Amino acid sequence: MTLVEPQTETHAPALSFTGVSKQYRDGTVALTDADLAVAPGEFVTVVGPSGCGKSTLLRIASGLDRATTGTVAVPAHRVGYVFQDATLLPWRTVRRNVELFAELDKLSKDERQRRVAEAIELVGLTGFEKHLPHELSGGMRMRASLARSLVLDPDLFLFDEPFGALDEITRERLNDELLRMFQLRSFAALFITHSVAEAVFLSTRVVVMSGRPGRVLADIAVPFDYPRIPDLRYTAEFAALCGEVSHHLRSA
Amino acid sequence: MALMTQVAYVSATEPVVAQAEKRFRAASLVSRVVLPIVVFGVITGIWYALSGLVLNARQRFMLPYPHEVVKVGFLDWSNFKDTMSALRLTCEVTFSGLAISIALGVAAALLMSQAKWIENSLYPWAVVLQTVPILALTPFLSFFFGFSLTSRVIVTVIIAFFPIVSNTLFGLQSAEAGTHDLFTLHRAGRLTRLWKLQLPAALPSMFTGFRTSAGLAVIGAIVGEFMFKQGEPGLGTNMSVYTSLLEGERLWANVLTASALGITVFVFFGWLSRRVVGRWYQSDRS
Repeated sequence: MTLVEPQTETHAPALSFTGVSKQYRDGTVALTDADLAVAPGEFVTVVGPSGCGKSTLLRIASGLDRATTGTVAVPAHRVGYVFQDATLLPWRTVRRNVELFAELDKLSKDERQRRVAEAIELVGLTGFEKHLPHELSGGMRMRASLARSLVLDPDLFLFDEPFGALDEITRERLNDELLRMFQLRSFAALFITHSVAEAVFLSTRVVVMSGRPGRVLADIAVPFDYPRIPDLRYTAEFAALCGEVSHHLRSA
Repeated sequence: MALMTQVAYVSATEPVVAQAEKRFRAASLVSRVVLPIVVFGVITGIWYALSGLVLNARQRFMLPYPHEVVKVGFLDWSNFKDTMSALRLTCEVTFSGLAISIALGVAAALLMSQAKWIENSLYPWAVVLQTVPILALTPFLSFFFGFSLTSRVIVTVIIAFFPIVSNTLFGLQSAEAGTHDLFTLHRAGRLTRLWKLQLPAALPSMFTGFRTSAGLAVIGAIVGEFMFKQGEPGLGTNMSVYTSLLEGERLWANVLTASALGITVFVFFGWLSRRVVGRWYQSDRS
């Protein structure tokens, strides 16, 4: 009998950090010796106390910041980045905001229009194309922000606490929809959050980081299959896993 | 029973909402129309009091009664014609000065926004230009540009230039760091960043600058006409002449005309600003 190797190791990771440290000019050490890899098709969530360098991780991964020491490899071609704030341009309509990245990456007009329409539909903003950001709710602004990155069909998606400012009902609905997109588009995701339940619900793996300076404390696999139904949140297994993550966080 | 209360609740609230709406409209009518008229009345009253009670008949040329100003300055055809032709000339100076200020001011701000060292070297000179006593420049300007239109326009530019530079520069630097990150992530060049991010973000404060400078340009034109009296007379020229002739009525008719011009350009730029950025930028709307 031949054993079939699991598929995860056959691809190079979409993102890998080896011994990455970051010290800012004012002397603040944001990260020390962080090791982290995200394989294609993986959804990795980082939880940790405020100021533990979680956002720094994403800024380095996206190239907005440079690591002080260590190796960062991002072989993924198309990287999506969703910020804490929706960061929409207030003078652009939803459609024109969603179009922005495609425009900056100089996609042809036809291609842009097709992808924008598709992304707007995927995030459920059909009918709001001509609205301006200030006419939308917080949740809808976040949807537009998601669509803006989806347009480029990223193979690596970076999320910096995207739903942190939303109410719980909106947040859970967007979690469900994000997972639907994750299955549909099968990108690799690195997601940052304060919420343990959100981390466990979304991820294939949860990484717990310590307080400043940030270090990786624990790396916990989440065994639940996709698609995950909303009621997963109320099962005993889910609660047990949340408990485990919280336990590590408390020692952080 | 529960249903009954709910029905009662619904039917009771609607008129309340309608009433509030009505009260709101009435309040906005009062504050937009009635109050300015009341203030106008009070100011006219103070004017009458000053000319009638403070000044005696010999001193009254300094501030004649409002109805005398209207009668002599506006209802006398030949005086009115003079004022209007002066107004036309003052408009010419105001608008050419303002146009030059906008072109130069925006260009200077764009340049300064491109590098900190350019800003550091140029901005102090914009401040110096603003604080220079214009009167002291009379001999210098007349030597190069004569005593007529060109010098008047230059005075206007000196006075109207600064708010455009400072507001445009502030606006160009006002885009949020997060939105800058979007452009950095996608390797946008300077021009793309300027055109698609910084300029649109700057528009609201640019319009604030234009509006301030439009008012200042009227003042600049009049000061310029006061200083450089050769050639066709403008409102400022008239003011200077009537001051020395002690013709209070015609002097004040010109003053009122000049302030009407100032109000008109100010209102125009407010309107233009609402047309261009009002849809996405809420500043002075309640």
